[in-house]
Amino acid sequence: MHLILAAIGILLIGGLGALLAGGSRRSATLLGRGSVHAACLVGAIGLAFSWAGRVPAAVQVPWSVPLGSFSIALDPLSTWFILPLLPLAALAASYGGASMENGHGGPGAVRRAGAAWFFFNVLVASILVVLTARNAILFLVAWEVMALASFFLVTWDDERREVRDAGWVYLVATHIGTAFLLAFFALLGARAGSLDFDAIAAARGGAAGGVCFLLAVAGFGTKAGLMPFHVWLPEAHPAAPSHVSALMSGVMIKTGIYGLMRALEFVGPPAAWWGWILLGVGLLSGIGGAAFALAQHDLKRLLAYSSIENMGLVALGLGLGIIGLVAGAPAVIALGFAAALVHVFNHALLKGLLFLGAGSVLHATGRLDLNRLGGLLRRMPWTGGSMLVGTAALSGLPPLGGFVGEFLLFLAAMQATLTPALALPGLTVLVGVALVAGLAAVAFTKVFGIAFLGHPRSPEADGSRESRNGMVIPMAVLAAACVAAGFAWIAPLLLVFGRDPGGAASPLPAGVPLGELLGETWTVPIAGGILLMVLAGVILIRVGLLRGRPVRASVTWDCGYARPDARMQYSGSSYVQPLTGLFHLLLRTRIDFDRPAAIFPGSSRLSTTTPALFRKLLYEPAFERVRLALQRFKWLQHGRLQLYVLYIVIVFVLLLIWMAWSAP
Amino acid sequence: MRTWTWLHPLIALAFAPLLGGLIARTKAVFAGRTGAPVLQPYFDLAKLFRKGAVYSRTTTTVFRAAPTVGLAAIIVATLVVPFGGAPALLAFPGDFLLVVGLLAIGRFATVIAALDTGSSFEGMGASREVQFAALAEPALFLSLAAAGLAAGGSSLSRMQAAASVESWLAAGPALPLIAAALIAVVLAENSRIPVDDPNTHLELTMIHEVMILDHGGPDLGLILYGAALKLWVMGALLVNIVLPFRAGDAWVDGGISLAGMVLLAVAIGTIESSMARLRLTRVPQLLVGAATLAALALVLVLR
Repeated sequence: MHLILAAIGILLIGGLGALLAGGSRRSATLLGRGSVHAACLVGAIGLAFSWAGRVPAAVQVPWSVPLGSFSIALDPLSTWFILPLLPLAALAASYGGASMENGHGGPGAVRRAGAAWFFFNVLVASILVVLTARNAILFLVAWEVMALASFFLVTWDDERREVRDAGWVYLVATHIGTAFLLAFFALLGARAGSLDFDAIAAARGGAAGGVCFLLAVAGFGTKAGLMPFHVWLPEAHPAAPSHVSALMSGVMIKTGIYGLMRALEFVGPPAAWWGWILLGVGLLSGIGGAAFALAQHDLKRLLAYSSIENMGLVALGLGLGIIGLVAGAPAVIALGFAAALVHVFNHALLKGLLFLGAGSVLHATGRLDLNRLGGLLRRMPWTGGSMLVGTAALSGLPPLGGFVGEFLLFLAAMQATLTPALALPGLTVLVGVALVAGLAAVAFTKVFGIAFLGHPRSPEADGSRESRNGMVIPMAVLAAACVAAGFAWIAPLLLVFGRDPGGAASPLPAGVPLGELLGETWTVPIAGGILLMVLAGVILIRVGLLRGRPVRASVTWDCGYARPDARMQYSGSSYVQPLTGLFHLLLRTRIDFDRPAAIFPGSSRLSTTTPALFRKLLYEPAFERVRLALQRFKWLQHGRLQLYVLYIVIVFVLLLIWMAWSAP
Repeated sequence: MRTWTWLHPLIALAFAPLLGGLIARTKAVFAGRTGAPVLQPYFDLAKLFRKGAVYSRTTTTVFRAAPTVGLAAIIVATLVVPFGGAPALLAFPGDFLLVVGLLAIGRFATVIAALDTGSSFEGMGASREVQFAALAEPALFLSLAAAGLAAGGSSLSRMQAAASVESWLAAGPALPLIAAALIAVVLAENSRIPVDDPNTHLELTMIHEVMILDHGGPDLGLILYGAALKLWVMGALLVNIVLPFRAGDAWVDGGISLAGMVLLAVAIGTIESSMARLRLTRVPQLLVGAATLAALALVLVLR
């Protein structure tokens, strides 16, 4: 555990060093990247030692903050969420260093390299603290630092207007989320008489559990990007530099899931309607996220919506787990929670990989608009190959990582359906996930097929070249990890959670034989192995068939048309048009079309845009109302400093009076 | 009883193309023609496997690898689907999800290979294919879930073992509904009328065929063979649930299942001869309708 503290220390010192060395980009990168690597190594050793039981799992450091205590601890849940953080942070740092050398983000951004590394290191450190904190004050402070550090990273490229707007939306959304968490912890703390997590967990089962749970869903759901609290996510992720998007989408939004699972420990025993709430939110996020994802043309925005979809799947797993918990169905509990946990892990690797790939595309072409890309696989074989693995895995193809989480979720739903009392939730999940999986496959065949295959749709895409090794290698490592995770996912799950089922901080209730329930799913990796062998056999047959036969190159079949053109290809918009049409009620895709007119038509154009529905219909009107309501108090804000000081004095006096009055 | 566990993959590999020949012969009989020999699909494959290949200059390795990957995935699926009363080689709870995943591999490969050519025709086919697949998937899941619920287990082998005349009678109208939904899914997934017409010659009206326009030679052979296997796998799923007669003898049971496959081919031929294709915009209604039937079946099973 001290090693985790050491890792946090290394991150902060390295970050400060980078900030001070900010004038020189080279030394800032050296310090920032080096410290992230060192910290991840130290942290990994710490995880291994504490898993082996060699070191105490909890550390307490004196802290003078009232009600707070600097106590951090590692339990299976914390370990599980830190597990993807360490490699992803290290790889993102490598990538970030290489991409900054490319001079991405404009001259101003390069000048601020020191600050960028500082905030990156602080972000990693704060996620570590969030995942290990055992006191509400410490947790909230780290939570806020995490939000601010990521805000500064999102707005790193602040010379662009849309980046500033995105940062603003993110800042507001994350603080509204934190406000719910403040209320959540205040309620729990008042009940337990302490803000230490142990005391809060010991006082579980008290009154107002439902209210606390709803507060947790709103607060943590905002961070996790669950619909309808997701508005910030499709704005902030595209705006941030790609290695930061990878870290944010890969691990930062998972702290919301971590918080939800912790909250279950604090406010239980759950009621069935809690599970239903998560199922509802999960279905909305899953189907909505997938539908919005396939309608996007901006690669990173598409990936951001896909993150919402995947967090929806995780919420479905949690919801089923809770419903199983209430009904006392061990198989549903274990499979539901296992599905959520496994998918969190796999999605961290996958979304990290895809955002890094998107960054590589942006570097090479300067564009993220799918309708202006194409033919990149030929020009960037390594980026393309890694993206092929990532998109195939997120489409839920066996035996890759993304399939496993969906498989466990289906299995949990099937188990629930077979349990008479749980048939309805089981069916809901079954149908929902089947639809989500189909839609996700459309979104990701679109990403890979439109951006990486076919003819280039712009001169920039045509002239693109493979990114430098520092960017390619992290992607290749992540792609390999995604393949490995498809085969070996069960091992870490059992290592972290299987040893101590129902232990103090395990999300699984006592007596759930996780290993036994997952036992037969070993067949999935075996089937994956058989698939690879059969594939090798078919490849040999094909090679044999083509041996000695003439193989020629020619043009694509074009129906004899004389002048084929890259713009005649199906575009991202046309590829998904049948489905955006079906989901028109939700997506409201707008088509701007200047029809060709007259006998000799001039130029014409067509463009489609899918607006952020919730932002337009829900949040903007609501915030407008709030703004109008608060207009009345505008006279308080006049810019006269002496009067502001007077306000402070008045508040102090009132507080003193209140204390003196209530003290005896 | 385990004879067919090992025999089924071999039988599927050997006889899958025969289904296509039977369908074509049925259609010929309906049309009053003599028609091609029942073994014509084998002749076609033999011809294609002897040819060289022509590749578009636009394409990459993806285009060359896709037919191979798709065929490998569907071969593995034959190991998961039970046949003739015996459990499959790979049988475990939720194994039907693996079959769906393996089918998805084939689709993913075909779709990105189509986009790899940079042809607007093939992009159009890919767009249609993914749309219908996304809608067919819930129907397939719901019908298999209903069958699993009736059988009390989520493994295909378990579903097959539990299907009997008594279970048909006990489940009442649920099983015909499941069968109807599955037939719709089988027709849609295997690009048959009323969803797609395998014999059409106009690129604009095709779905599956237009995606493989640019493949030729051995690659096209692998695709056609994979498509035949896919029809066999999905047909076996359907026959297992619809034909619950078991004699207890492995050879008789296997014979019944084989007869079921022949019957299925004739039924598909009959449907293709007696129906017109649906307009493309009507296909989603067919698939959502199938999902609704399956959901109704589920309600009946749960009742």
